[in-house]
Amino acid sequence: MTMSKDKDVLLSAKDLEISFGSGKNKFVAVKNANFDIYRGETFALVGESGSGKTTIGRAIMGITPTSDGDIIFNGEKINKPKLSNEEKHNLTRKIQMIFQDPQASLNERATIDYIISEGLINFHLFKNEKDRVDKVTQMIESVGLLPEHLYRYPHEFSGGQRQRIGIARALIMEPELIVADEPISALDVSIRAQVLNLLKKFQREDNLTYLFIAHDLSVVRFISDRIAVIHLGQIVELAETEELFTNPIHPYTRALLSAVPVPDPALAKQKKLTVYDMSVHHYETDKPKFVEIRPGHFVWANQQEEDLYRNRLAKAHAH
Amino acid sequence: MSDDAKSILSVKDLSVGFKVRGRKLRAIRNVSLELHDQEILAIVGESGSGKSVLTKTFTGMLESNGGITHGTIDYDGKRLSDLKKDKDWIGIRGKEIATIFQDPMTSLDPIKTIGSQISEVIIKHQGKSAKEAKKLAIDLMARTGIPNAADRYNEYPFEYSGGMRQRMVIAIALACRPKVLICDEPTTALDVTIQAQILDLIKELQKEYHFTTIFITHDLGVVASIADRIAVMYSGQIIEYGKADEIFYNPRHPYTWSLLSSLPQLATRGGELFSIPGTPPSLYKDIKGDAFAPRNPYAMKIDFEEEPPMFKVTETHYAKTWLLDPRAPKVEKPSLIQNLHQRFLDMQASDAAAKLEMGGGSDDDE
Repeated sequence: MTMSKDKDVLLSAKDLEISFGSGKNKFVAVKNANFDIYRGETFALVGESGSGKTTIGRAIMGITPTSDGDIIFNGEKINKPKLSNEEKHNLTRKIQMIFQDPQASLNERATIDYIISEGLINFHLFKNEKDRVDKVTQMIESVGLLPEHLYRYPHEFSGGQRQRIGIARALIMEPELIVADEPISALDVSIRAQVLNLLKKFQREDNLTYLFIAHDLSVVRFISDRIAVIHLGQIVELAETEELFTNPIHPYTRALLSAVPVPDPALAKQKKLTVYDMSVHHYETDKPKFVEIRPGHFVWANQQEEDLYRNRLAKAHAH
Repeated sequence: MSDDAKSILSVKDLSVGFKVRGRKLRAIRNVSLELHDQEILAIVGESGSGKSVLTKTFTGMLESNGGITHGTIDYDGKRLSDLKKDKDWIGIRGKEIATIFQDPMTSLDPIKTIGSQISEVIIKHQGKSAKEAKKLAIDLMARTGIPNAADRYNEYPFEYSGGMRQRMVIAIALACRPKVLICDEPTTALDVTIQAQILDLIKELQKEYHFTTIFITHDLGVVASIADRIAVMYSGQIIEYGKADEIFYNPRHPYTWSLLSSLPQLATRGGELFSIPGTPPSLYKDIKGDAFAPRNPYAMKIDFEEEPPMFKVTETHYAKTWLLDPRAPKVEKPSLIQNLHQRFLDMQASDAAAKLEMGGGSDDDE
């Protein structure tokens, strides 16, 4: 999907480091993060709790300060300490977020009409009242709700409907990039699909770009074009979705894949769990770096591992 | 599970209601269920289907605004549905039937050491001395997969990771040697790699301690590896139950079809993911006919008028849908979930082929 398109980089992270505290209490949450997100694709950041995936999302949103490296959006560095008001204004509009918990992320005291319009009002994105009403009405219909819902409050909606409102609120800003942090993990199975299909629909129609942050590899396989796997603040592997699933090369990626439940009793009972043991790496003298082991397939490895991985991949692709 | 498996808990025609701000909510509607000795029974359903409420009645833990309105629960010669006061539940709750919940942090006391929380249970329920209890507790910690258990005996819950905490909740539950262990979404709050380990642990411990497990979840994917039998719930009813193989390979209720079709593992990239239109009905209203009918593309006229009975598919497999009535038109399950096993086999083969060629899948070859 992405390979055939000309690669127009919308956002890139270069040697990004994000740390909290300083001196003895300094905690590095993310280090050596390097990736490009292409316009129109869904780029997934997959990892377990504490891996730093949400921290990267928050750094892109400008919520969490970075300690080193660059985040470049549309060719401009956006993680600098002093952004002009105009720059901030522009970024807020162009990068929007969809949150995990639709219960907590909507203002309980505001009507849906206000929640969806708030961005339009703050940014004066409408000509007159009629234009605003038209925009909001059109938006609510496109997420599968009814105009009459506009005058209700968030508590009157189910989790799936609230997540649709969260999507509407983000999309009305006509953003270029959407950071979706676990947007479906709080939803029931049957509702998940509705929300994922909606996100896909908007991507097709508006050439939206998603940074999809998740821990569930089975959903990620369906929705993403490329996947980065992050472990303890380090991106250990990055590849196109099918390449990652067929040729996972880093031991952590393999362990993660082995843990994905197989919804088939006969196969599930035979399945063996691989547990990742960090002591397999010997990084004392031979230092690791993020190497492109095949076109578009990156892995965090030192020289010795790189040779080993190249060998394996060559064998796999020889067939 | 053989057909003549011994039943250790029996639920007959159970209904549970709640009073919410003067309105009546029917959370469980006429559910019957037999729990077989030493099986793992998975109860699968979405939020609001009644899966947690149902199992709460087995330990008398319904919220105070709710109660059993009809039917019986029998366990080991005792009629649990007649027990009213907390005092009546002593000797059953925790001792015979124990529950572990989704969030391990809320189940543990944050200001007591892990070890003391386990020994406390052993002293109370098994009447051991403090010294014996400590020994048994350390043993149990080791069995549930805590390395250096003796050293970690005096640590507090905050010093444990989420997965370790859930192991400790399991250890506390097992300290009473219960006959039935109810696991209410025990892995939902955990990471996938930890989830897989906890599932393996529950299976291992069951073999060792011979308890019976009720495993509650909303995720059919999790169930495949662990369940002997599966009961699917929708709107306060069990709408289909059978052996795990029967539910996955020969499901009969359209709702089970939908649940299986929604599995993200079945979706093809770039395509649409199967989704069930609409939402479950309100439990405040009287539900007429089959509760799933308004969302069911295969619904017939009768589905909106009359509630279907449980139809027998095999000796072990039953489904509550009019489609099984001899007069109903013959409807095939959706093509997406036909040949489920073959599809996963193919998928696994294509994923694994490359891996095998990459050096036997082992990671430590130098």
